[in-house]
Amino acid sequence: MDFRSSETVVGPRSEDTLPSSAATAVKVVIVGGFGVGKTTLVGAVSEIRPLTTEETMTQAGADVDDIAGVERKTATTVAMDFGRISINDELVLYLFGTPGQQRFWFLWNGLFEGALGAVVLVDTRRLEVSFDVIGRLEERGVPFVVALNSFPESPSYPTEELRAALDLPPEVPIVECDARTRESSRDVLMALMRYLYSLTTPTP
Amino acid sequence: MSGTDHEWDEGNPERLYVITRGRSGLAERTVLDLVTLIVSRSKPQPTMQPEHAAILRLCHSPLSVAEISAYLRLPMSVTTVLLADLLADKRVEARAPVPLAQLPDRALIEAVMHGLQKL
Ligand SMILES: Nc1nc2c(ncn2[C@@H]2O[C@H](COP(=O)(O)OP(=O)(O)O)[C@@H](O)[C@H]2O)c(=O)[nH]1
Ligand SMILES: [Mg+2]
Repeated sequence: MDFRSSETVVGPRSEDTLPSSAATAVKVVIVGGFGVGKTTLVGAVSEIRPLTTEETMTQAGADVDDIAGVERKTATTVAMDFGRISINDELVLYLFGTPGQQRFWFLWNGLFEGALGAVVLVDTRRLEVSFDVIGRLEERGVPFVVALNSFPESPSYPTEELRAALDLPPEVPIVECDARTRESSRDVLMALMRYLYSLTTPTP
Repeated sequence: MSGTDHEWDEGNPERLYVITRGRSGLAERTVLDLVTLIVSRSKPQPTMQPEHAAILRLCHSPLSVAEISAYLRLPMSVTTVLLADLLADKRVEARAPVPLAQLPDRALIEAVMHGLQKL
């Protein structure tokens, strides 16, 4: 591939630039299996068209054997979709979607460090991925909420049945969502923020 | 994952090696987060490495490291190496994210809730 001269690098559209007062950014991670709606959710609330960044695998783990092309150092990369919400003139929120399968956990170090919290996006047709993800988040001490993405064929369970199935502590919120709509996706983020807020509240 | 509708340079390790002059980006990752905001402090010079010049153009307004990586179509590891060069030469300013030790911070969460309500 030809080298792109810097003139050909297309940056943000003028309406997508942040004000020069933007001083601090925070991030929230959306984690779940393939096809569960991570990119859809990010796109529903993002003020910019979701972008893609790549992470290169820097450590070979036991779970990487099914990634094709491991013998080529730069081929072991994973794309992450992300979006952005300007909270106010100084504060910006970024949302990163990342796959939940164990073989992608090498991404988590840079991703969860400093993250406010996470949304575990769950498709009730495939709960297995969520088990490992939830266990791993608990291990790392990352606060999270569980969002059930409703697909037409998804079996619907009473929330408490799911809580038991996912072995979730009573305080962890479980919310239903439709990642295709902005309101619903926004409500998921609000649920996470309310939960984070409750964690800051000292018990009376 | 979806969303990759453009070509990345993952198929050309030699090129990435040249861009970073062989540096892995590991050390830089500890300083630069995905959401560290970068702002240019100087104008691109014709003698500069083209990637450095491209970053200075992109960061005319604040831009996160993740966005820079996306627009340059270069992996995070390569992007952070390039940014470390520019930071060392004081050609860009880095606005670090809220340090982990301060989280969760009530005022911060309140601000985010307020911002989300306006969506
Ligand atoms: N019915 C329904 N479909 C959804 C929902 N969220 C996503 N989808 C669809 O599921 C597919 C996969 O979504 P995507 O966001 O790409 O999943 P990702 O792999 O987790 O990023 C897409 O065709 C979406 O339109 C939802 O809440 N309800
Ligand atoms: Mg996706």
